[in-house]
Amino acid sequence: MSTPNILVLAETHDNTPADITLELLGGARQLAAATGGQVVAIVLGQAGSAAAEKMVGADRVVVIEDATLDAYSPGPYLAVLEHILTLESPRAVLIGSTTVGLDVGPALGAKLDAPVVGNCLRIEKQDDMLSVTSSLCGGKILADVEVRRGPAILMVLPGSFHATDQPATPEVDRRASPVPLEPGRITFDQMILPEAGDVDITAQDILVGVGRGIQQEDNMEVAEELAEALGGALCASRPIVDQGWLPTTRQVGKSGMTVKPKLYLALGISGAPEHLEGMKGTGLVIAVNTDPNAPIFDVAQYGTELDLLDLAPELTEAIKTRRVAT
Amino acid sequence: MKIAVVLRQVPDLIEPLEIVGSGNALDLDGASFLVNESDDHALEQAILLKESAGATVDVVALDFGDVDNTLYSAAAKGVDRLIKITLEDDKPPAPKAAAAMLAQAIGPIEADLVLIGCQAHDELQGALGPVLALKLGLPYLGVVRGVTAGDGGLQACKEFPGAVMARMNVQLPAVLGILAAESPPRYVPVSRIRAAMKSTQFDEQPGAAEPTEPAVVVRRMYHPEPAERAEMLVGSEAEVAGRIADILIERGIVK
Ligand SMILES: Cc1cc2nc3c(=O)[nH]c(=O)nc-3n(C[C@H](O)[C@H](O)[C@H](O)COP(=O)(O)OP(=O)(O)OC[C@H]3O[C@@H](n4cnc5c(N)ncnc54)[C@H](O)[C@@H]3O)c2cc1C
Ligand SMILES: Nc1ncnc2c1ncn2[C@@H]1O[C@H](COP(=O)(O)O)[C@@H](O)[C@H]1O
Repeated sequence: MSTPNILVLAETHDNTPADITLELLGGARQLAAATGGQVVAIVLGQAGSAAAEKMVGADRVVVIEDATLDAYSPGPYLAVLEHILTLESPRAVLIGSTTVGLDVGPALGAKLDAPVVGNCLRIEKQDDMLSVTSSLCGGKILADVEVRRGPAILMVLPGSFHATDQPATPEVDRRASPVPLEPGRITFDQMILPEAGDVDITAQDILVGVGRGIQQEDNMEVAEELAEALGGALCASRPIVDQGWLPTTRQVGKSGMTVKPKLYLALGISGAPEHLEGMKGTGLVIAVNTDPNAPIFDVAQYGTELDLLDLAPELTEAIKTRRVAT
Repeated sequence: MKIAVVLRQVPDLIEPLEIVGSGNALDLDGASFLVNESDDHALEQAILLKESAGATVDVVALDFGDVDNTLYSAAAKGVDRLIKITLEDDKPPAPKAAAAMLAQAIGPIEADLVLIGCQAHDELQGALGPVLALKLGLPYLGVVRGVTAGDGGLQACKEFPGAVMARMNVQLPAVLGILAAESPPRYVPVSRIRAAMKSTQFDEQPGAAEPTEPAVVVRRMYHPEPAERAEMLVGSEAEVAGRIADILIERGIVK
């Protein structure tokens, strides 16, 4: 039997909780109100310790103060989390659908034989079970699922919950690792930062985003000309960066940049959740995509099914004429 | 170095996705399938390691969708062995059962390195890689972009937000969940795939499914509500371009 408590795996940077962590705490607050339990945040490592008091929404924060946990490495992380989950026996554990969460969540599920749901958008208690909505197929399909047993391991997409606006300082419990920590066979070496010198897309008001719909490197010029006419910069989805057509500093999304321009003109981008999470703060989204079912149209204010290769040059002309006229 | 690569079939998202009559699963009968994108990157990474450091590459795939074409294409790229796990029915097995079948086929290879895509778009219960790793008794690292062989082990770069990567030292054996290979999957001409079809033998192995209790029950699958969708602009290219330009001027975004 599990307790009614809801655990949150916290992530921190620069002595502050990550945005996703504050969102998870907000979601956990609502869920704990329904289960009648407490919200417990887990902070791993000494480096995150200073963020413990800022875990708004948690009743209790458990900090495992061990330098081995300061940088992510799978062995020590899993050893500690497996122990804490067994000890705390929560109804659910909320984990961000982040680069660490995507590894840790399914591994814990397999170790503890616990149910796992990825890409969660909504979590509610219904009778004895949790009802969870998950996004599949690049955002084209939603699934409502039932999770009957605890601990339910739920990996949550950024933007699914809001941080709570009822701040209260949590009780903080700082401890040494409850289990001996072996470095394991996969160990952190060093962080590699992107090369400086490129355009900072996070500071741009106008962005033209290019996706796989551009098809060929030669076609990048059409988008470049449009960005220039608009007085903005080019950014891209991951396949374009994978191809090497733009540097990694231009990638928008989970493993790329988080942008907040006044205008995001998406050309041939499907709108996968991993891309959308990098453009949550955009003012106006206009999407050009030949597939009327593309999820990008769910977050755009205006859209068109025209072929981007036909539309982009016309739009460049239309902008230029209007700029001359005013 | 011995490398095993897992290649999975997923529905092609370019085609419309249908839901079965009972409303709780994708209708796979009418779907067209292709290789999971990050698995394709895993294969490319394996071939790059074979070229740079020397390795044998064995590919393991479950038998559904368009698996034969995927395997012939892998053969044309120069892999050493193609293991096809045959299924009792032509439905994809549940994740735990799939992990068990894959582990059963991969175990005897005694691979130093197992590569699998870090995600598939039809995974409801999180990534398969960590589950497979546990079955194999190996450590797992996912969201990896680029693997290089050095003395005594490998270095793998794990992606973090902001175009930042963590370089990790990997002592073998291990399972890596690949997001992207060092360079994009290579193109193979159709003629090479045709040649591979004639000369390639699959190593077929029956997949024994362990009966497992579903941990998660799907109640309903559906397309997202179109209620909040964008206002669609229709007309000729020139008309739509004019409308967009006007909207941008009206809102003061373009001056
Ligand atoms: C751990 C992880 C991290 C990730 N991080 C990121 C990230 O940071 N950023 C990111 O972007 N992705 C990321 N991804 C990948 C993400 O899941 C998607 O695969 C990716 O965003 C898809 O890019 P896309 O929209 O350009 O391509 P697709 O999904 O292939 O979409 C192309 C679109 O173009 C349209 N199209 C085709 N031709 C035309 C035309 N002529 N005119 C107009 N439209 C056309 C098609 O209808 C389609 O909708 C990540 C994935 C994982 C697993
Ligand atoms: N599910 C989602 N995931 C990520 N970003 C989203 C999502 N829904 C909306 N957004 C972003 O939030 C902004 C405002 O969305 P909305 O208020 O729903 O029109 C849009 O510009 C989107 O980029």
